[in-house]
Amino acid sequence: MYEIIAFYTFAILTISMFSIVVLSKNALYSMSALAGGMIFIAGFFFLLDAEFLGVVQIIVYTGAVMALYAFGMMFFDTTREVKEKIHAKKVVYILAILSAVCLVTILSAPIYSANIQALYPTLEGVGNIQMIGIVLFTKYLIPFELAAIMLLVAMIAGIVLVSDRMDLNITVKEDNEEEGEMI
Amino acid sequence: MIGLTHYLVLSGILFIIGLIGVMKRKNLLMLFFSTEILLNAVNIGFAAVSKYYGDLSGQMFAFFIIAVAASEVAVGLGLLALWYKRTGSINLDELQMMKG
Repeated sequence: MYEIIAFYTFAILTISMFSIVVLSKNALYSMSALAGGMIFIAGFFFLLDAEFLGVVQIIVYTGAVMALYAFGMMFFDTTREVKEKIHAKKVVYILAILSAVCLVTILSAPIYSANIQALYPTLEGVGNIQMIGIVLFTKYLIPFELAAIMLLVAMIAGIVLVSDRMDLNITVKEDNEEEGEMI
Repeated sequence: MIGLTHYLVLSGILFIIGLIGVMKRKNLLMLFFSTEILLNAVNIGFAAVSKYYGDLSGQMFAFFIIAVAASEVAVGLGLLALWYKRTGSINLDELQMMKG
């Protein structure tokens, strides 16, 4: 009973929040609604006995990603409205039909899921976080390391893209410091 | 009782909302938000399958999706800030540089 109430409450809240994100004209409202929706999705993860995933969802998505968006929006003039006019009608229709076909395929895919077997079944008496540690550091070790490298590359890319004077060499600049002061 | 079907239907609904956002909005920031919605919808599906089949692989993939989303935001916002400095606009239509 408790689970049913929680599921429907979170479902209604998440769907309405994400509808606000998609349909709102103001980017600031969208961002706030998106942050709210992320937290409600963490509620689903707690319902599904995935406590670690829920905590990561709150910390990484709501804490890091949305904060990054909030800081990133300071670069843009978000009060000015973007003109949203569809120019090529024919392309829109073709894309809509194609994505409808794709969606039907995706949503009907679970019909063929009857013969799925658990490859790494959860052990009895082991908590979720312990079990995640066991699976992550045995079976999924290489993807884990690759994810670390990917995050490092993304961090360097973000720093290089946003900062201005990355093309200047610091040591060269120190040598020419007096010259710079004279200018 | 809430079964796997409920979660998969919810995941599909959220995915459709995200797709509507990707196709409808012309604001590049909104495109990023819609992408986050798509990734989150898939995450719910993965976590539900992981619980109802008793297999942890779904949660693992959800973790990797979260890592991908974080790096996508870092690189994407960097590119968007650079583009905004250069053109002063975040409209998708102004990205057509080769327009004759």
